[in-house]
Amino acid sequence: MDDFAIDENTDITDVVCPMTFVKAKVALEELEDGQVLSIRLNDGEPVQNVPRSIKDEGHRILKLADNEDGTYNLIVKKVKTK
Amino acid sequence: MAVDYKTLKNGGFMRQVQKNNFSLRLKVVGGNLTASQLLAIADISKKYGDGHIHLTSRQGVEIPFIKLADVEQVKAELEAGGVNTGVCGPRVRTVTACQGNAICPSGCIDTYPLAVEISERYFGKELPHKFKFGITGCANNCLKAEENDLGVKGGYTIELVKENCTLCGVCVKACREGAIAKIDNGIVLDKSKCNNCGRCVKSCPFDAWKGEPGYILSFGGLFGNQIARGEQFLPIIRDKETLFRVADAALAFFDKHAKPSERFRIAIDRTGWDAFKTEMEVAYHG
Ligand code: HEM
Ligand code: SF4
Ligand code: SF4
Ligand code: SF4
Repeated sequence: MDDFAIDENTDITDVVCPMTFVKAKVALEELEDGQVLSIRLNDGEPVQNVPRSIKDEGHRILKLADNEDGTYNLIVKKVKTK
Repeated sequence: MAVDYKTLKNGGFMRQVQKNNFSLRLKVVGGNLTASQLLAIADISKKYGDGHIHLTSRQGVEIPFIKLADVEQVKAELEAGGVNTGVCGPRVRTVTACQGNAICPSGCIDTYPLAVEISERYFGKELPHKFKFGITGCANNCLKAEENDLGVKGGYTIELVKENCTLCGVCVKACREGAIAKIDNGIVLDKSKCNNCGRCVKSCPFDAWKGEPGYILSFGGLFGNQIARGEQFLPIIRDKETLFRVADAALAFFDKHAKPSERFRIAIDRTGWDAFKTEMEVAYHG
């Protein structure tokens, strides 16, 4: 499996939709272009919807890793938009 | 003066509890009105009604408390404001639609232009009973397609582009139907579980799912005195030509087989679903 150099981590398992996406977006905003963020999120709605929302924001999703404890790590590379 | 209530009703004037007052039904397609149409409607309500407007359950707009004596004047002023009156009675009713993919990120089809096309082709067409079309942009079904005599639901026919897939795993979770699984070295799709929602296409970060838009039709929905869910039995339709061929055939079947004042659903139940399905399949194949 590929490994990615993670620059920052954020945990959004403590919030529910729609704050999940808001919290992830804020964390991404603090990164520089090209840096990689690992987002820990819950199974269910967050993992169904947050990757899509982040894709729609224009960032690059690299991987979704199953932590096998009901949470996932979504690895995202920041893409700075205009 | 003898009042021809039937003519009034065909023109969208609905008799009220209050004698000589009518709730005027307006023509709305796909739930959209322009701001200037709304201003014209507001003006009329203030001038000829009692200053309130009613939004109906099927995206209609009615101006209550229009007086019989003002009917012609109101019609003329509405027309000048770019607003037409709606219909009631045994004919094709308001074509409803959600916002579809022009506005909504989940949408698989552009619903409004389709609603306009359907409305231009069928709106007001006389039939044995009322007939409702509803168009919803995707499987989320905000517009509740299956309540309608003929429901249209947008969907994607999907296909995996293996070379693009990085096995990131996003689509496995994005799919709510459990149709996608990750095995040792690949992604596998169980087509029998797929409902064409398009969530895999929209969520894949690497464009590894290709989606082609199409229409899923449901027939014979009712949600009034009787309740029945519209039935889906045709494969997803990929072009408007086929869609209209099937819709034409459905209306022709209704016209031919229904007794006066019998809803589409009841006419199909009585005539037999096998015969109906056969006719729709013939139209589907052209
Ligand atoms: C990833 C983030 C989000 C997820 C997963 C999400 C999910 C949902 C779901 C599943 C519904 C119910 C839809 C239905 O009734 O069929 C909903 C409704 C709604 N969401 Fe979100 N949502 C998200 C973000 C947001 C945001 C950012 C806002 C506004 C700040 C928001 C505002 C609403 C509102 C107002 C409704 C109710 C709409 C209605 O009932 O008419 N959502 N959301
Ligand atoms: S049915 Fe789909 S396209 Fe239409 S509004 Fe709902 S989510 Fe959006
Ligand atoms: S179209 Fe929807 S149901 Fe079908 S595989 Fe994709 S996400 Fe699953
Ligand atoms: S989301 Fe796309 S890249 Fe990721 S596993 Fe699914 S098809 Fe492959």
